[in-house]
Amino acid sequence: MNELLTCNNVSFGYENIIAISEVSFSLKEGEYLCVVGENGSGKSTLMKGLLGLLKPLKGELVLDEALQKSSIGYLPQQTDLQKDFPATVFEVVLSGCLKQRGLLPFYSKKQKETAMKNLKRLGMEDFKSRPYKELSGGQQQRVLIARALCATDRLLILDEPVTGLDPAATMELYELIKRLNQKYQVAIIMVTHDIKSAVNQADLVLHLGQTQLFFGNVEEYKQSEIGNSFLNLGKGGK
Amino acid sequence: MSGFWYDVFTYGFLGRAFLVGCLVSLCSSLLGVILVLKRYSMIGDGLSHVSFGALSVAVALGFAPLKISIPVVILAAFFLLRIRNSKRIKSDAAIAVISSSSLAIGVIATSLSTGMTTDVCSYMFGSVLAMNQEDVVLSILLSVVVLLLFILCYHKIFAVTFDESFACATGVNVGFYNLLLAILTAITIVLGMRMMGAMLISSLIIFPALTSMRVFKSFKMVTISSGILSVICFVLGMMGSYFYSIPVGASVVVINLCFLLVGFLIESIKNKKQLRSSIKLG
Repeated sequence: MNELLTCNNVSFGYENIIAISEVSFSLKEGEYLCVVGENGSGKSTLMKGLLGLLKPLKGELVLDEALQKSSIGYLPQQTDLQKDFPATVFEVVLSGCLKQRGLLPFYSKKQKETAMKNLKRLGMEDFKSRPYKELSGGQQQRVLIARALCATDRLLILDEPVTGLDPAATMELYELIKRLNQKYQVAIIMVTHDIKSAVNQADLVLHLGQTQLFFGNVEEYKQSEIGNSFLNLGKGGK
Repeated sequence: MSGFWYDVFTYGFLGRAFLVGCLVSLCSSLLGVILVLKRYSMIGDGLSHVSFGALSVAVALGFAPLKISIPVVILAAFFLLRIRNSKRIKSDAAIAVISSSSLAIGVIATSLSTGMTTDVCSYMFGSVLAMNQEDVVLSILLSVVVLLLFILCYHKIFAVTFDESFACATGVNVGFYNLLLAILTAITIVLGMRMMGAMLISSLIIFPALTSMRVFKSFKMVTISSGILSVICFVLGMMGSYFYSIPVGASVVVINLCFLLVGFLIESIKNKKQLRSSIKLG
């Protein structure tokens, strides 16, 4: 399998102040990576870097050719503004095709079909013309994932996707992400606080604390000192 | 009623005001949908005050008012957008500071030159007589540019408004579209201000969008409806101003307010219906 994305000793930061340094990992097609770490550990900085919004200060970030041409599917955290935004589900999903559209002022039939296909994948086709703001939190996340898949269906980056969801919706969303990963071979990078579920879902773990503290598969992580203490910390808290 | 239409087509100044008014209403309502959704409503209000200041200074110094005030207001718009992203000063405070200062500068400039005449009053509250031939041509050209850019960039504008981080990640130059929005808004406000007045122009931006959002739930329908609604309100407002000899700006705002109230009414009826049907289903 090909490497989708490789980081070689990459450092990211703002205005030459390094927020996260010396990160090295790679992701192959269809792999599921979880990025964990405490607040301020550089998770969001790394993500901005992967999305191409920050240039690496050091090291290099290599994307595979097809990914360079399309874009990375991205699920950002929801903003306040979206809570009363008048838009139908289909309008939201279609906006994921923005990059393919180029300079043309309107979407083509093919792009509309892509949008529809992705809505179906997420089981949301019946909600096509419903107002986005009237959906439940979990349904809104599904719509936004469908939008991200319109950009590419090879790599999805999810930024704390379960924030604000109730336990049932959280479980449902995790299962959905897992299914996308297994059935459609979509590679996943998920940034999360929910370390216990993350370990159950993912194949690989990247643990950050301003630098790379751990990268490897889940079994190794559970055995490692840092993984062990972090996992037990979670248990102790609850 | 026929007297109104007859006069619009025979008296040059009425016809000009009618044409420019319709175009500016259309532009401002389209931009308004985005500004309201982005929580930029107050920027429109701030810019109208800046526009008043610039216009007064330009008149006092004897320059052509539109040519001076458009660049000044564009600069102010750019500045206000920048401030929104800064952490040092809160943007609502910044808008208040800028709008009252430019109002003050405008008032000082006029009282030093011509004194507080009816001119100032017409800047504040608008007048149909304010436009000359050259202004009209410029207004029409600029409105058409605003409309064209809006239509061409509609989908990008939607994406940037709905979700800046996603748009950014798909490679849209978000900064550019925000700047474009600021420039288009600035132009529209300067054009509309002469007729609507500095105090009232921001209503053209906010009301139609708010009303449409009560009734429609898709972005496309909200945009189309606020465009149509805004033009209708302007025409009705101008008729009101013609028949009762009241300032056109105030008359348009009151008509817009009536429509907004009707919008609230429709929304609450709709909600009740929905509630009832969901109870039946349950």
